[in-house]
Amino acid sequence: MAADRKATIHRRMITELGHFALILAFMVAIVQMVVPMVGAQKRWPGWMAVAEPAATVQFLMTAFAFGALTWAFVTSDFSLRLVVQNSHSAKPMLYKISGTWGNHEGSMLLWVLIVTLFGAMAAWFGGGLPPGLKARVLSVQASIAVAFFAFILFTSNPFLRMDVPPFDGQDLNPLLQDPGLAFHPPFLYLGYVGLSMAFSFAVAALIEGRVDAAWGRWVRPWTLAAWIFLTIGIALGSWWAYYELGWGGFWFWDPVENASFMPWLLAAALVHSAIVVEKREALKSWTILLAILAFGFSLIGTFIVRSGLLTSVHAFANDPERGVMILFILAVFTGGALILFAARASALEARGVFSMVSRESGLVVNNILLAVGCFVVFFGTVWPIIAEMFFDRKLSVGAPFFNMAFTPFMVLLGMFMPIGALLPWKRGRLGKAVWTLRYVFVLAVALGVLVWAMQTGRGGLGPVGLMLGSWVVFGAMVDLWGRTGRGSGRLRRLTRLPRADWGKSVAHAGLGVTMFAIAGLTAWEQEDIRVTQVGVPFDVGAYTLTLEDVEQVKGPNYFSTMGTVLLSQGGHELIRLNPEKRTYPVTRMPTTEAAIDYRFLRDVYVVIGDEQEGGGWTMRVYIKPLANWIWGGALLMALGGLLSLSDRRFRVAAGARKQPAGVPAE
Amino acid sequence: MKWLAIVLMLGLGCSSALLGVLAALPAWAVQPDEVLEDPALEARARELSKGLRCLVCRNESIDESNADLARDLRLLVRERLVAGDSNDQVISFVVDRYGEYVLLQPTTKGANWLLWAAGPLMLLIATVLGLIYLRTRARAPGLQDTALSTEEQDRLRKILDD
Repeated sequence: MAADRKATIHRRMITELGHFALILAFMVAIVQMVVPMVGAQKRWPGWMAVAEPAATVQFLMTAFAFGALTWAFVTSDFSLRLVVQNSHSAKPMLYKISGTWGNHEGSMLLWVLIVTLFGAMAAWFGGGLPPGLKARVLSVQASIAVAFFAFILFTSNPFLRMDVPPFDGQDLNPLLQDPGLAFHPPFLYLGYVGLSMAFSFAVAALIEGRVDAAWGRWVRPWTLAAWIFLTIGIALGSWWAYYELGWGGFWFWDPVENASFMPWLLAAALVHSAIVVEKREALKSWTILLAILAFGFSLIGTFIVRSGLLTSVHAFANDPERGVMILFILAVFTGGALILFAARASALEARGVFSMVSRESGLVVNNILLAVGCFVVFFGTVWPIIAEMFFDRKLSVGAPFFNMAFTPFMVLLGMFMPIGALLPWKRGRLGKAVWTLRYVFVLAVALGVLVWAMQTGRGGLGPVGLMLGSWVVFGAMVDLWGRTGRGSGRLRRLTRLPRADWGKSVAHAGLGVTMFAIAGLTAWEQEDIRVTQVGVPFDVGAYTLTLEDVEQVKGPNYFSTMGTVLLSQGGHELIRLNPEKRTYPVTRMPTTEAAIDYRFLRDVYVVIGDEQEGGGWTMRVYIKPLANWIWGGALLMALGGLLSLSDRRFRVAAGARKQPAGVPAE
Repeated sequence: MKWLAIVLMLGLGCSSALLGVLAALPAWAVQPDEVLEDPALEARARELSKGLRCLVCRNESIDESNADLARDLRLLVRERLVAGDSNDQVISFVVDRYGEYVLLQPTTKGANWLLWAAGPLMLLIATVLGLIYLRTRARAPGLQDTALSTEEQDRLRKILDD
């Protein structure tokens, strides 16, 4: 018993130390916010130099606090209120760990941990940054951390204790007990918060009144990294919805989803416009504005999700005080930055000159389409509130609106992308780019027509989707192939192309794959709803399914009704699937666990329902063509981003000042 | 700053808006006993259901929702269709009873034109601004390709002056 009590005391010590480390980190962040900024204004090197060690200490302290909280979850320390509310001793280890951020307080701690991580990385790897810019960037980054430390400590402290520790916890929302969702928030946060670096660079540049090619080069890797994380995070969330919510929907245009999608769109625009700043010293003030807005939308996303004003699986907080405080943070940071922008933007003068048809103008088209798309999503998301406040109308803006109003911009983007990607810098000829793509165009049309002929009695969505998707994918291939020059040895040169070139083409192709997959799945999905008797086969499309057995199974922290379904095609047994219906006794919530036969070209998606009074079970079967391609395309996009990020130019130039030799040959 | 005001409204509006608690329960949606005999009618019912909001859910159509109220609405839609209503008649029947909040795709009536026109209008504005910008870039004097920084230009000037 004595040893047991000693262990308990140790455990609680760690928690107290974690709390203490968090407060220390808050103090350090305040110092880092003030001292380097003053130093940079007054040109005092000693003061500027404070930023680097402060960023490191701040990160280590926050990491310790986060580690302590994780430890409390792992060891089921029910003296912590947060652990009681969100964990249970019988919960599997993975979900004990992911439970750390599967709640409001813990997720905010993760948020600020990532803010300090990015700050520390800028301190460690920003060796080549001019000292003034570096001090200012780290100071702005610290000010973001200060705001969120204050938010955590004053409204959402994860280290609060219970007066009387209960015997066991209340368990985590079972919908969140899923591997896909365990990693969905960290990736999204890495993305949201990664944009804080772009924001810090933008504000620092505005304070300095100077944006040049080197600035574009520094800000791009951070934005690209943030965009990659957002891509993966959104894909994980969408994939989770697909297999967990029970009918295979993958995108619902829910305000919470829109909250993550808007920063993604703006980050994509920012990645592209920063190229123009880097290579051509143009679009400067627009890029700065995008950086501010992208992080602003991240804060809006955090606000929408965290304020608890929207009740959903995402909203763990139901405390208006928190909402008001996040709103205040949002107002101070984006409002302040925008005022600074208004005052300083005119000082950012463009240098590069280019003609109406050029890579630059292609990237302007890209930015217009992405930004307007983002605007449509934003306007649709807030319209119900505007309508209620100003027009006294209570209405909904749901998926049908977004599908109709947003999709055209993405279709336009897909149409322009291969052409814009082929245009040379400064001055190009539209005719030449289009001529290069003539075979791609013919191929895309041919594929579309072929599929249209093969499908009978269905709309044009699938064929048009295939046409657009293959136009984008093959266009990206032609772009890459074109970079290998002429003559022999092109294949060899292909493998030696800069990774940024590969990254561009892979990411563009990924978008094409996703576009085709969304169109294909929407157009060619098949659905079957029925009551089926055990042992009686039935057909769906080309497949035959038989519910062979239904049994009751006990899981670690749930009970399950599990069916065994034999899937066969043309008399051949393909696989036995086990759709489940689970009940989690602690939270008393049911979940459906669809059984999915994943194949390259299609998924068969089986869900089991209730037992019927007259015997038999309700079953839903979907055939979902190209489902995997949606997330496959997203993965390709992320991979393309990674390839670009690993390009030599970035690794070398993460800090290096640009040589006066000027624009690198492209 | 204008959009900040909008966000503020978002906060205020949401708290007053009717938001149910039935979040993302496993959707069970259309039950086998609801399905109509006539496949054409059933297809129309599904199509209509996808555009109608489950009133006690959060952003779910009655086609996806497993709430009792959603089931009632699905049955109502099918009843009207069997009675020979056209799609528009069914929609206006439901809207008369539950208000336009039930429509997931807002109408274009009244101020809603702004919602529908927002995208195209913004595209138009952005295109005009973009064209103006591109014109100034194309006509800007001199090709300063190398884009030296101010300091670098100063240094260069010094070197040349020496």
